[in-house]
Amino acid sequence: MSEAKKFLYVNRKAPYGTIYALESLEVVLIGAAFDQHVSLAFVDDGVFQIAKGQDTKSLGVKNFSPTYRALGDYGVTKFYVEKDSLDERGLSADDLMEITYEDENDGFAEKPSIIVVTKAEMAEVMRDQDVILSF
Amino acid sequence: MTTLHIVNKSPFEKNAMESCLGHALDGDAILLFEDGVYGALSNTRIANEISRRAGAVKFFVLGPDLNARGLGDGRIADGITVVDYSGFVDLVTTHGRTQSWL
Repeated sequence: MSEAKKFLYVNRKAPYGTIYALESLEVVLIGAAFDQHVSLAFVDDGVFQIAKGQDTKSLGVKNFSPTYRALGDYGVTKFYVEKDSLDERGLSADDLMEITYEDENDGFAEKPSIIVVTKAEMAEVMRDQDVILSF
Repeated sequence: MTTLHIVNKSPFEKNAMESCLGHALDGDAILLFEDGVYGALSNTRIANEISRRAGAVKFFVLGPDLNARGLGDGRIADGITVVDYSGFVDLVTTHGRTQSWL
């Protein structure tokens, strides 16, 4: 068996207009099931994927945004969100869903999954990976 | 380990190339292919940024995609190297990871 690799899923598209965001989410779930180290990055319009208050009822399509909040149970606990992208779009961290995980190494304490980073910090996160999958 | 960034969208339609340039670190390489090759032209609004970064970041463009679009070597901005498919493969094998900018 080879060692687990670090996978980063880079999300740069808004949800619903195209299939990218939903496809990314499905691949993330598959990757997590294979016991790899999975992190997510939200850059450019990708930050809209985790905006709070999404309601697709009158669209007739599935609102998949609650699924992001379940990823902690699959060991996906790092959501890197680029501050520059939020700023450009008039958003702040308060406009994002509350996404948490239970830290099994800390008495299952509930901790935030979202980590807001600068563009420079995001570039370093990217260089730290074994595999980058873009959506 | 450095990264090979690959861009297949025109910088005049999408922000993929701009975002790529914003995240590429010194030592990385950027390969422009498919509609990304329009980003390799000289005298464009993005050419200045490429020449500013050239050296610290290495720029490549895929020849077959240039030729298909009628863009010969003479139209390419300084500091960008034209590669063929095997050059593309060499770039993939000599970098730690490949990152697509869709």
